[in-house]
Amino acid sequence: MNLTLYVWRQASAASAGRLSRYEAADLSPDMSFLELLDVVNERLTRQGEAPIAFDHDCREGICGSCGLMINGVAHGPLKATATCQLHLRSFRDGATIYIEPWRARAFPVLRDLVVDRTAFDRIIAAGGFVGVSTGSAPDANSLPVPKTDADLAMDAAQCIGCGACVAACPNASAMLFTAAKVGHLALLPQGQPERMRRALGMVQQMDAEGFGGCTWHGECMEACPKEISIDWIARLYRDYIRASATRPERVAVEVAL
Amino acid sequence: MNRLLACWDSTLGKKAVMGATGLLMIAWVVLHVAGNLQAFRGAAAFNGYSGLLHGPLHEALILMRLVLLGCLLLHVTASLQLARRNRLARPEPYARTEPQAATMASRTIRLGGWVLLTFVVLHLLHLTTGQIHPDFVEADAYHNLVVGLAQPLAAAGYLVAMVSIGLHVYHGAWSSWRSLGLAQGSSRPLERPLAAALAVLVWLGFSLIPVAVLLGWLE
Ligand code: FES
Repeated sequence: MNLTLYVWRQASAASAGRLSRYEAADLSPDMSFLELLDVVNERLTRQGEAPIAFDHDCREGICGSCGLMINGVAHGPLKATATCQLHLRSFRDGATIYIEPWRARAFPVLRDLVVDRTAFDRIIAAGGFVGVSTGSAPDANSLPVPKTDADLAMDAAQCIGCGACVAACPNASAMLFTAAKVGHLALLPQGQPERMRRALGMVQQMDAEGFGGCTWHGECMEACPKEISIDWIARLYRDYIRASATRPERVAVEVAL
Repeated sequence: MNRLLACWDSTLGKKAVMGATGLLMIAWVVLHVAGNLQAFRGAAAFNGYSGLLHGPLHEALILMRLVLLGCLLLHVTASLQLARRNRLARPEPYARTEPQAATMASRTIRLGGWVLLTFVVLHLLHLTTGQIHPDFVEADAYHNLVVGLAQPLAAAGYLVAMVSIGLHVYHGAWSSWRSLGLAQGSSRPLERPLAAALAVLVWLGFSLIPVAVLLGWLE
């Protein structure tokens, strides 16, 4: 099959970018979307041009490295699928495909399709963890967790931090990511001691990074390769409001920027 | 105080305030619909209802107006501040975007807010204080209503504004509930039968009056 691509090319964070047109011919419908870019890049390299830079690692939908805006949809047209798991059979032969990087002030473009997502790391560092005592390993199942809570926590813990929620949100909001990262710990006994501080700290960091706010369009949930529900955002509101109203522990969160 | 300010400063705090004030205003709107429908019981009943509000319930009316004004100020302030943050959050737009879940109501919520704000000002000048009413008679609410809505332009304006309020309630009632963290888990979180019913009730309930006046059912 043949495709016409419009790919965002930008030499560096400081330079201006633009969409460049590429013709990709003789493709197999069973190629993955990233293999399509590999094929184009081989040709560009042979022609002495700079290859298209894009993020990828596991290529099996579990690491969260990949992420492209494909024809205006984060991770492309297939639901619950990361870009690396998308195949060319999801497109018509002869189709035109626009490929753009995630766009958000908090995710500056580093080069071509690669954006800096360390804002997510800083949100995690502001509370997305649990304190444990080191030493000998605790006995398995020494802390009972109801099965329904464990299942629910796992739904949110599936977040791979790809940033599609931010990319798809008309407000470039990081609410779904933050909500998933706050929410899965809030359901488990290990997450209770820091629960209120976590909600306050991670929300504060999320705002400081310059993400927008939630207006409940629901775009994040549709874009999420792990189908994380916007119900987690309602849970985040619940924890945040409760933490703001009670503030049971002194909070000294440093905003790392 | 400090923690309240920190909460108000966050995107979540502002949305929670918008949610709380939004729900209060929706509750009032439902009362307003119920009040309006008294018009179908005739001039005496409608003026009686109006006289009740302006007579024995006068203090309550003033208090309610103050609460509503406070809600409106908070709601609009928060929305303006959030809209600004949201605009700044994506300085470079996409060449292409294909919305997957956003509804017409969610995408026009800000525009609809402006429409409603304009409407509220005109509506107060029209039927509450009478400055832009062709023949305003103090203490004859029924007369003011029927004469005011007999002008086709005014009636059309009301009908457009009521579509706007319906859309605002459809997205707003549902999202307010969520922004207050009250929503429970659901397998189809985008569905909102209650908000839809409320939106239709408000839209139809309000639109019935100008339509009835135009058709000559109320005179
Ligand atoms: S490359 Fe790891 S999720 Fe796509």
